[in-house]
Amino acid sequence: MQKLLLLVDKLSTRVGHAFSWLIILMTGLIVWEVFYRYVMNRPHAWVFDAQIMMYGTLFMMCGAYTLAASGHVRGDVLYGFFRPRTQAAIDLVLYILFFLPGIVALTWAGWTFAQEALAIREQTFSAEPLPLYPFKFVIPFAGGLLLLQGIVEIVRCVLCLRQGEWPSRVEDVEEVDVDKLKQMVHVSDADIAAADSALARSETGGAR
Amino acid sequence: MKIRKELWFGFTLMAMIIAAALYVLGSAETITRGHLGLLMLSLVVVAIMLGFPTAFTLMGMGMIFTWIAYDRDPERTLNLMVQSAFKVMSNDVLISIPLFVFMGYLVERANLIEKLFKSLHLAMARVPGSLAVATLVTCAVFATATGIVGAVVTLMGLLAFPAMLRAGYDTKLGAGAITAGGCLGILIPPSVMLIVYGATAGVSVVQLYAGAFFPGLMLAGLYVVYVIIVAWLKPSMAPPLSAEDRKVPLPPLFQKLSEQFSRKALPALVRGLKGERNLGVPTREIAGQLFAALLPAVLFTLIMLVTWKFATAPIEKIDVPASIDSVQTPGESGGLAEPGADRVREPGSLAEPKAESLSEPRAESLSEPKAESLSEPKGGALAEPGSAPAEPRTAAGGGVAEPPGALAEPRAGAASTATPGGAVAVPAAAERVPAPNWFWITLAVGAALLVAFYSFFTFHRLQIFKMLLASFFPLVVLILSVLGSIVFGLATPTEAAAVGAGGGYALAAIYMALNQGWAKAKSILLSWAPIWILLFGTVLWFLLYKTQFVARPVPDWLGALAAAAAGLGALMAFFQSHMLGPVRESVYLTGKTSAMVCWLFVGSSIFSAAFALLGGQELVENWVMSLNLSKTEFLILSQIIIFILGWPLEWTEIIVIFMPIFIPLLDNFGIDPLFFGLLVALNLQTAFLSPPVAMAAFYLKGVSPPHVTLNQIFAGMLPFMGIQVLAIVLLYVFPQIGLWLPEVLYGR
Repeated sequence: MQKLLLLVDKLSTRVGHAFSWLIILMTGLIVWEVFYRYVMNRPHAWVFDAQIMMYGTLFMMCGAYTLAASGHVRGDVLYGFFRPRTQAAIDLVLYILFFLPGIVALTWAGWTFAQEALAIREQTFSAEPLPLYPFKFVIPFAGGLLLLQGIVEIVRCVLCLRQGEWPSRVEDVEEVDVDKLKQMVHVSDADIAAADSALARSETGGAR
Repeated sequence: MKIRKELWFGFTLMAMIIAAALYVLGSAETITRGHLGLLMLSLVVVAIMLGFPTAFTLMGMGMIFTWIAYDRDPERTLNLMVQSAFKVMSNDVLISIPLFVFMGYLVERANLIEKLFKSLHLAMARVPGSLAVATLVTCAVFATATGIVGAVVTLMGLLAFPAMLRAGYDTKLGAGAITAGGCLGILIPPSVMLIVYGATAGVSVVQLYAGAFFPGLMLAGLYVVYVIIVAWLKPSMAPPLSAEDRKVPLPPLFQKLSEQFSRKALPALVRGLKGERNLGVPTREIAGQLFAALLPAVLFTLIMLVTWKFATAPIEKIDVPASIDSVQTPGESGGLAEPGADRVREPGSLAEPKAESLSEPRAESLSEPKAESLSEPKGGALAEPGSAPAEPRTAAGGGVAEPPGALAEPRAGAASTATPGGAVAVPAAAERVPAPNWFWITLAVGAALLVAFYSFFTFHRLQIFKMLLASFFPLVVLILSVLGSIVFGLATPTEAAAVGAGGGYALAAIYMALNQGWAKAKSILLSWAPIWILLFGTVLWFLLYKTQFVARPVPDWLGALAAAAAGLGALMAFFQSHMLGPVRESVYLTGKTSAMVCWLFVGSSIFSAAFALLGGQELVENWVMSLNLSKTEFLILSQIIIFILGWPLEWTEIIVIFMPIFIPLLDNFGIDPLFFGLLVALNLQTAFLSPPVAMAAFYLKGVSPPHVTLNQIFAGMLPFMGIQVLAIVLLYVFPQIGLWLPEVLYGR
């Protein structure tokens, strides 16, 4: 079971990683366009549509990845103080109540939406049109992946309810990786300890 | 026991919200759909407080209530959902979020913060509470460039906090400075929060950036003032640094020079140029140091030249490009177009010391390099006399203006002779408008400051200045160029964000090359030189063409070549600086952060649609209008509500859920949404510092020494929260702080 869960985690993460690289393409494309538009005075009409599509695809396809890495923002007033079992119970109910209907509807609606666009071979409204329907297919695909990841999360909630602790997840880069940051600025634990003893000394000094 | 208290707090809040919703429902004569909308709003707040991912709470709740609003018609519900999602996907405002986030992660990984903090705290060693002030400034600059609160607070917690504790600083003061400073990046543009607000409220991001600039600076300034006052009144809380901590290690070259000649950098460097044999130091090295030392003067001269050009620009443009070219080049000492002069002058000032070192007698060294550098662009007749009497003429310059100082003086002098002595200043000057008084005043004040600056410019200060040059200025230039191009309308926020991300990449490449040791870095940087020359050459050509100095636009082949070279350079840098790891991390984190923010938007757009469909907005509006509030009362009430919401919720949630409710109300009271946005942005700063969800405190606690308690950190944040409230009041009383710049730029 756990293996299967991790496999889906990995799938979401891989897809998310792959589409994250669009940011490099996007940066490159826009910088190139800025150069050509301003310096060379030769703007390209299609770049605007292309950059929008890149942005939309990027964040939509990273949705499941973010869920797998539990990166979606939560209200953290109470959640952190709950025991894992309570957390899992709340999550389970709300996944079924809000997440499933919402994402199923989005995926379903997205599929018809994209099919309609495909039927008329929809293009962007621009002097140099790009095909628009592939972009619309991003909605059902992103939704489907998110749904898969959501089901995994639901299973996790059930497991946690049974075991009393959260099952493991796939590791990923973190925004604040303390060890890495320590290394980056050349601060060792000894420095912090030195500061701590200085603090302790001043505190006892103050008490006296 | 403590945990119980937190839980009680949360549950009480939830119960109050539900009770309020029920009360409204119960007190209404008939339950309309609008009441359903209110119920939905209260339910969503409760669900968010329970801790389920907000994006999906909003999406699910919105879908259910849309379905009810559409009389249980699934087709229209589905349609609305997918349309809302697609609207977010093709939103041309939100597109800058991933780009700015990417830029932030790249800049963070360029690892400038250590150098930045060290150089700033040395530079400010004499200011009371210098460590805390340096912390605040470092935070402001670094947080602005990166916009990542967690990373900035953690990094400063590692760097500055132990340093402050060891120096005997009060724990609370130090913790407050770090947490408050780390959150500044959310306010000072370019910030993601303002993009989110702009996208939600339909206010132009450009104007928001222009508007938030001064309030952001004001808040940072207030923090600094507070720290200085505390350190001044109670030195025990922030003792001055010991002499040992203030010491700046000098490289051997500087040590020798200062022992042999003078502690002041400029005269010693100039004299050192001649004394090559005594010191055994290559002249080139001294010349390089001299160039660094002269940078402020060069920069000031350039700025004044550009200002002069704009201030005195002919009102009517009748010039043919070619004629301008031929007339201006020889004639104008000052009016030379920026870039052109730039290029010519730079080698000139570099070549100068060399020439000097060759010629032994001193008298000659003064006039000879002058002639050399001037023979190219300027009317020699004008400047030649200028250089000799420079010392006596400018009163401020007087005795202090030592030979190199004269480099700046004669130019200023030459400029000043241009107008009165029109005869010398060639026909071109006749077409120009005489420079206004403020220009001369600025020039005089600036020159006096420069002279004062150089008279205090010891080798220690030069060393600090060079450290700042390597850490502080690149970041400031990056921020200001991104911000400037947006605010002055040169580029859209998206374009500026992308160029900023490119700049972040370049910054990371350069600093990661430098981290590999100087010898290797030198060869790497040299290998990039042709690319930089090609790229900047193209841009320079373009600028010259734009300013009508060159008749031909940049040829296509050159543009293509430059673009290809830049692409190749980025690829080369990737491998030379071993950037795979950091760039990959930045890319993944960008994906996650953008997905987090933008999925929240997908959820909230569905939710807001449902709220509007149910007519909740109307209900709120009627209710607010029935309260008969004045404009002031409404503003205060709304800010208090947002302030309270800031306790349990995060800024993203507050903006995407509650701004759509507040914004339509503004019209009734005649409040500018831009101004409201600035107030909200300031207000949400408090959301970061208010317990129990204050993220900043937890990040700091994560890296602080064990003796520091969370309560101490919270207590330290309180005065800074007070300052934030003060800043809100100041902005409210003097709206011009925020609205002046947008008014000037966009004539609102």
